[in-house]
Amino acid sequence: MPRSGSTPKITRRTALAGLSASAALLAMPRLGRAADETIRIGFPTPLTGPFAAEARDQVKCAELAVKLVNDKGGIAGRKVELLVRDDKLNAGEAATRTLELIEKDKVHAVVGALSSAVQLAVNEVTRARGVIYVSISQSDTINEAKDFSKYTFHEALNPHMTTSAVARQTLKKGMKVAHLVADYAYGHEMLRGFKRAQAAIGADNVGEILHPFGAADYSTFMPRLMSMRPDVLCISNFGRDQANAIKQAVDFGVKQQMKIVVPVILHNQRLAVGPDVFEGVVGGANYYWGLETQSKSASSFNTAFKAANGGAIPTDYGAYGYSGVGSLLAAMQAAGGTDTDKVVDALEKLQYDLTKGPQHYRKCDHQSVQSVLVLESKKKSAMAGENDLFAILANDAGSDDMLRSCSELGHAT
Amino acid sequence: MDLSLIIMQLLSGIALGAVLVITALGLTIVFGMLGVVNFAHGALFMIGAYAGLYLASLTGSFWWGLLLAPILIGAFGMLIEFVLIRRLYGRSIDDPLLLTFGLSYILVEGVRIVFGSDGIPFPTPPQLIGVLDLGIGFFPRYRLFVIMLVAVVLLVLWLTLEKTRVGLIVRAGARDPTIMQVLGVDIGRVWLAIFGLGVGLAALGGVLAGPMRSVNPEMGSLVLAEAFVVTVIGGLGSIVGAVVAGLMVGISISMVALFAPEMATIVMFALMAVVLLIRPQGLFGVRGRTA
Repeated sequence: MPRSGSTPKITRRTALAGLSASAALLAMPRLGRAADETIRIGFPTPLTGPFAAEARDQVKCAELAVKLVNDKGGIAGRKVELLVRDDKLNAGEAATRTLELIEKDKVHAVVGALSSAVQLAVNEVTRARGVIYVSISQSDTINEAKDFSKYTFHEALNPHMTTSAVARQTLKKGMKVAHLVADYAYGHEMLRGFKRAQAAIGADNVGEILHPFGAADYSTFMPRLMSMRPDVLCISNFGRDQANAIKQAVDFGVKQQMKIVVPVILHNQRLAVGPDVFEGVVGGANYYWGLETQSKSASSFNTAFKAANGGAIPTDYGAYGYSGVGSLLAAMQAAGGTDTDKVVDALEKLQYDLTKGPQHYRKCDHQSVQSVLVLESKKKSAMAGENDLFAILANDAGSDDMLRSCSELGHAT
Repeated sequence: MDLSLIIMQLLSGIALGAVLVITALGLTIVFGMLGVVNFAHGALFMIGAYAGLYLASLTGSFWWGLLLAPILIGAFGMLIEFVLIRRLYGRSIDDPLLLTFGLSYILVEGVRIVFGSDGIPFPTPPQLIGVLDLGIGFFPRYRLFVIMLVAVVLLVLWLTLEKTRVGLIVRAGARDPTIMQVLGVDIGRVWLAIFGLGVGLAALGGVLAGPMRSVNPEMGSLVLAEAFVVTVIGGLGSIVGAVVAGLMVGISISMVALFAPEMATIVMFALMAVVLLIRPQGLFGVRGRTA
């Protein structure tokens, strides 16, 4: 069938030419800006995909951290700018965006990423180019000597410290434990953490099922999990996978037979499936807004976030965005600028308390030593308001004992 | 491995297959009769879930949502056909493909703007909460209901297409639209109805999936891929093919999950590859129909 006329082609071409011309115009001020004294922080995060809700909160909180510094006149008189990029939860995409941020946008440091696999890709790029990277998503691997560099900092909790805190609250000697695990780095690391904690407590492993990352249906895993007859089911996955897996486990009547435990209980996913589904689920967290009754820094972080976001409350992964960018900017403040070696030095010496109590980066692996929360999702009738999602079961103060030793990670001691 | 576990696994496979059948059905009907590869099918599935949720909360009952959302979104589908797709009949197959591809982006972004990109809870209807004791194990009531509802929809669809005058016109229109026009049938109206039906089925799939998964703007993209795989295995345009392939894929995923759970997603694509090697036109496809 002959195509009708050539008119649409011409208009399309004209439109394309117009588009690229306007794109060039838009790009021009950026070229000019690269020369001035603004401090630029690159921020790759998965704005699209199954972790989008958590990623957006990270951005909001990172922007807040930047705003608070700029409101006070910036760092050594220089304004700070956050350059947010969508890494699409893809390691290759993240590496490309990070490279662009470093080569084209000339960022002074990178903060971000929201997947254990993606952060390793970002870290590859930053350490090869000697740029500081503050990772704000869970990983054990990034602490280990083979992935470490002096430019690598890890602000998020790591699976080892999270799972041991959660296991302490939920497992007892002789209990039978089954695992449903996302088949990628995050899931594998959480599983490893839980099994180590289980062994220390004396609980028995009755089985583990790996599920494909990003699966929408978990029904096919349920009959086998139930036939294992565990006392506790640990579901180690993230983002929407967590919501879907818990929801479908509950549909299958899992909660009548066993307790559901997750390494990280997510604020946004609890909102996405409702209180009845999550009722009684226990999991770890780096932050929960309800901490404000126990911590002054939590209270002032909540207030600042509410003021900047129309009364909304900050979430767990959001808080990482705030403390990740916040700690970096505090170190730049201390170093009086962006000289990489001086900032690394300042970060290593930094004692900061931005969201929940004292934190510092351990010297050998640059892991942030910080408190770990264990939360339990509340029953609908027990909620005091729509944001009253969790009860705080434990707030373990940060200490070096929570972490694997420097020598175990392969660092020179 | 005991028998009751295998039977339970088979049942979860059938329930999974039922949702696959409903979504693939709309895709295959629209392709078989209009020659349009509808890339917005997944987005319309998602819109269906949101519409069901919205109508359910408006009326206070899941059942109104289940009934009205497919009708409303089906009507929206007719509007899409009338305003957009209709202009592209007779052109090469990639024109409507590109159009619906673009449309899917608009729909997803639209929902993000209106409802936000976080998931929204879609509560299971109170009558279907909980599990049924089958003697050999427990199975969610809601999933049993989905299996039954899909069976009913298939039966009604089959009776309409095979046993009624309307069905006769539709089938004849798919075979030879020119002759139908010569015979005095307004073929445009038939096409309108078929596209509406296909979109309505996508929306029905969305409403049914809502209580099983979290409802979010991206929920359709995975479904679109699954629906395409099922359609290709069953044969493009074949309704029987979609039903057989949907159940086959559901049961394969479930059985593989029993032995090698991490392979559960891949098995669907492996099955498609094998079918394409042995029967390139799909299990029930007609040889020579090009896509």
